[in-house]
Amino acid sequence: MNTNLSQLDKLENQSIFIIREAYSQFRDVAMLWSIGKDSTTLLWLVRKAFFGKIPFPVLHIDTTYKFKEIYEFREKYAKEWNLNLLVAKNEEAIAKGMSHEKGAFQCCNELKTMALKKAIAKYGFKALYLGIRRDEHGIRAKERVFSPRDEDFEWDYKNQPPELWDQYKTKAAEEEHLRVHPLLGWREIDVWEYVKRENIPVTDLYFAKNGKRYRSIGCETCCSPIDSDADTIEKVVEELKTSKISERSGRAQDKEDDYMMQKLRSLGYM
Amino acid sequence: MDVLSFVIVGHVDHGKSTLIGRLLYDTESLPPDKIEEIKKASSGQGRRTEFAYLLDHLEEERKQGITIDTTQVFFKTPKRRYVIIDAPGHVEFVKNMITGASQAEAAVLIIDVVEGVKEQTRRHSYMLSLLGLNQVVVVLNKMDSVDFSQERFEAVRKDADEWLKSINVEPMLYIPISAIEGDNVTESSANTSWYNGPNFLESLDTMQNKQPPENKPMLFPIQDVYKIDDKRINVGRVEAGVISEGDEIKILPTGESTKVSAVEKFLEKRTQAIASESVGMTTTDSVFLDRGNIVCVPGSEPVLTDTVNASMFWMTKRPFSSDMKLTIRCATQETSCRIERINKRINSSTLEVIAENSDVLENLEVAQVTIKTKKPVAIKDFNDVQELGRFVIVHDENICAGGIITHVG
Repeated sequence: MNTNLSQLDKLENQSIFIIREAYSQFRDVAMLWSIGKDSTTLLWLVRKAFFGKIPFPVLHIDTTYKFKEIYEFREKYAKEWNLNLLVAKNEEAIAKGMSHEKGAFQCCNELKTMALKKAIAKYGFKALYLGIRRDEHGIRAKERVFSPRDEDFEWDYKNQPPELWDQYKTKAAEEEHLRVHPLLGWREIDVWEYVKRENIPVTDLYFAKNGKRYRSIGCETCCSPIDSDADTIEKVVEELKTSKISERSGRAQDKEDDYMMQKLRSLGYM
Repeated sequence: MDVLSFVIVGHVDHGKSTLIGRLLYDTESLPPDKIEEIKKASSGQGRRTEFAYLLDHLEEERKQGITIDTTQVFFKTPKRRYVIIDAPGHVEFVKNMITGASQAEAAVLIIDVVEGVKEQTRRHSYMLSLLGLNQVVVVLNKMDSVDFSQERFEAVRKDADEWLKSINVEPMLYIPISAIEGDNVTESSANTSWYNGPNFLESLDTMQNKQPPENKPMLFPIQDVYKIDDKRINVGRVEAGVISEGDEIKILPTGESTKVSAVEKFLEKRTQAIASESVGMTTTDSVFLDRGNIVCVPGSEPVLTDTVNASMFWMTKRPFSSDMKLTIRCATQETSCRIERINKRINSSTLEVIAENSDVLENLEVAQVTIKTKKPVAIKDFNDVQELGRFVIVHDENICAGGIITHVG
């Protein structure tokens, strides 16, 4: 047999290993699904890890400012993949009219981080799977595979627990929950090549229409498309091989000040 | 395309982050908006363009000009892709350095040619040798500060070589570089005409990928058991050899024998799986496996024992004391344990023996220990199958020590 595993095989095997390690420790766990390419890839890997029968809920933090394509995609695949889908919103902040016009920091913190806090309190999750990757942002590059959050939801980035080989952190009583990051070692192009290889469905927003496409998707209000003619997965992969522009260049919350991402993440942002 | 991961270690301020920044910059691995971002952040801190900012993303790191935590970045050469693992050089962040180094297949040791071999140069390289990282390239940095003096290069190289010999590390190469100016980083420098070896980038391309132990007898530690429809699927990662449908297998610690009924992977038809693959497995008899069981080949079982002799490094501020409740984890096996004997305590930056037969162990010390486990564990020599030859010790849900088993039985 051909014993040379490809890089995508290696990444897939490692991610499935991580997913199963976390589940063996926590049965009270959920996966965050933003419905973008990364968390949809994570969902695909989770389906593989559990032979198509995911034993925990899939949680969408809904700011209500998402693209309509995202909502359509969510409904379609929640049904097709038989997901236990939970949708969480910070209703209180939404009722008070929170929006990006109050500032990206404030809005992300209220509609994402606070909504997540409320959902965790409501359902009692001990751990969350997230599809973040090191190459997205320098702050995310500092993350551990298993990353604890304290009772105030804060990330103690100055004193992270050691992680040796494939031995990960277990949850201590005083820790609120653990973040589990099975895609941490994937690059943007790995995700796209894997999406292509596995035929994973992704929203059409990633493919060019009239010379524009979205490279990274968040809220409609805070995302700008990039100039691109890549209207197929093949063309997206080709574009990334030559692109000189970073992935999250269209994401407003990374831009407001130099340490915006650090400040958001230290408060529990995804 | 292959991917190789390597860690850069060395004493504080010897130039780890600068070297990585230079490498990324010179190989045009950086998007222009990233370069703009660092330029802006550097001038915000009143500095000239600081390559280290590419990795030191935390505000505290940039303000203090230090690396606090390990990070990983990607770049590629025409030959292959690389994952660079940056590791902090301060003594208080050694646990972060070990975290980074444990993920690497090769290592680069950086030494400031002005300062020479320092405390963390020695400690970090000793940790590399304990972790079994035997591909090491040494770069002597800041050659521009000594006018590219061959004499100075040779003097530091001699010191380093002496130390590395004493810890059984045989470096592949010593390269004179200036990370800040770019000499011998991605292009060979005219300033070191006396040096004929490869530049840093070329040296990376000579490093080898770590191969999973496919040609060894099969080992399959059970991670979990899922009940899917009517099947009990035992999931795990093949850590050595090949697992195939129909294989006669033995299960440790119970000693039960059975056969592999099927190898399972979602959406795929499989009859076998090789080392490093995460799969599921069912057995022909209804044996009840559990997390921590080791599936192996009858006749080639790992040693099952409650006594583990190992080299162990203590990596937490709280010193070890015999009243601590400890757990050992080796692959997916987990059981409570106690450190029965500390045969030798070693200062990890000098190799000085602090004590023989001690009952304490301080942060950053290395020790020869005998561990008694409550339940027996299946172990292998680290040099045979790493996954069953290394372990961590957990206290209060935190990893506080790591260890390597070099004498089995």
